[in-house]
Amino acid sequence: MRLRYPDTIRIVRLPCTGKVDVGYILRAFEKGADGVYVVGCMEGDCRYNRGNLRAKKRVAEARRILNIVGIGGERVQMFNLSSAEGPKFAQIALDMTEKIKAMGPNPVKLKKMKKAA
Amino acid sequence: MIVADRKPIEEIIEYIKDRDKVLIVGCNECVTVCEAGGKKEVGVLASALRMYFMNQGKEIKIDEVTLERQCDHEYLEEIRDSVDQYQAIVSLACGVGVQFMSEKYFKTQVYPGVNTCFMGVTEERGVWSERCQGCGQCILATTGGICPVSRCAKRLLNGPCGGSSKGMCEIGGEVPCAWQIIIDKLTALGRLDDYEKLAPLKDWSKERAGGPRKVVREDVRQ
Repeated sequence: MRLRYPDTIRIVRLPCTGKVDVGYILRAFEKGADGVYVVGCMEGDCRYNRGNLRAKKRVAEARRILNIVGIGGERVQMFNLSSAEGPKFAQIALDMTEKIKAMGPNPVKLKKMKKAA
Repeated sequence: MIVADRKPIEEIIEYIKDRDKVLIVGCNECVTVCEAGGKKEVGVLASALRMYFMNQGKEIKIDEVTLERQCDHEYLEEIRDSVDQYQAIVSLACGVGVQFMSEKYFKTQVYPGVNTCFMGVTEERGVWSERCQGCGQCILATTGGICPVSRCAKRLLNGPCGGSSKGMCEIGGEVPCAWQIIIDKLTALGRLDDYEKLAPLKDWSKERAGGPRKVVREDVRQ
């Protein structure tokens, strides 16, 4: 199943989405990411019981903060799918890329680039 | 522990918006446990502030550090060499740490980054509740180890008022009646006779009503 998905995406591997921290998501935007999405197991299927449910709350908190700082919380999203859903993974990558492209670049990154120029 | 809650980011933005260089200082003790002012919260706040000001086109340098404690000289001394380069400090410690920092570095503006709430326990992750008000004259020995000063809305010392209903306090908000818990506990201990003993008048001068307090121990003082 050699599926293709946009090469603009950088994958950060974690042992469980329960390892996701609000700080990780914010740092990604601070360093210039245009969007971040967290892909976890199906709810109820977490090997560590509540890892993906913790991640869900942290993603919501990151969204709240990004709205306050003016980046836009909708640039962060969480998806739940099983490891057997390769095609869905590729489709999500495509959909998320399209969504972020439509929103335009991370405004903080633009300001940083302007300042550097 | 001392329980604190996060301040709205908007409030902190308002404090520091006219500064050029700000240090955010976390504390590794109580506020880390109640997830309001530890290293993680410092990182999140600093990151959010940096992005906010960058987005506004304002250049504010925001650094971060987390100290072991902010209520002891020795740990506050760790930032002495760097403190002068900052126009302001946002301390995520409890009000004690904010004040001690402010007293120690007298020429530096120190802002609170959290709202300090009470001395309490972690009932479960994300839920903290009050247990002690530091009244200076502990009566837990006679009340089955349950404190009516901190847990009874009226601070009654001799049994519940008429507002106790089905074990709950009339103020609402699912607050259990402290005296119901005390009676249950004394019953479990087989010491319900203690409940009949009248509590003597409490010396409230040892509480905050007597003004700012101090403990001096000559045996350990240097």
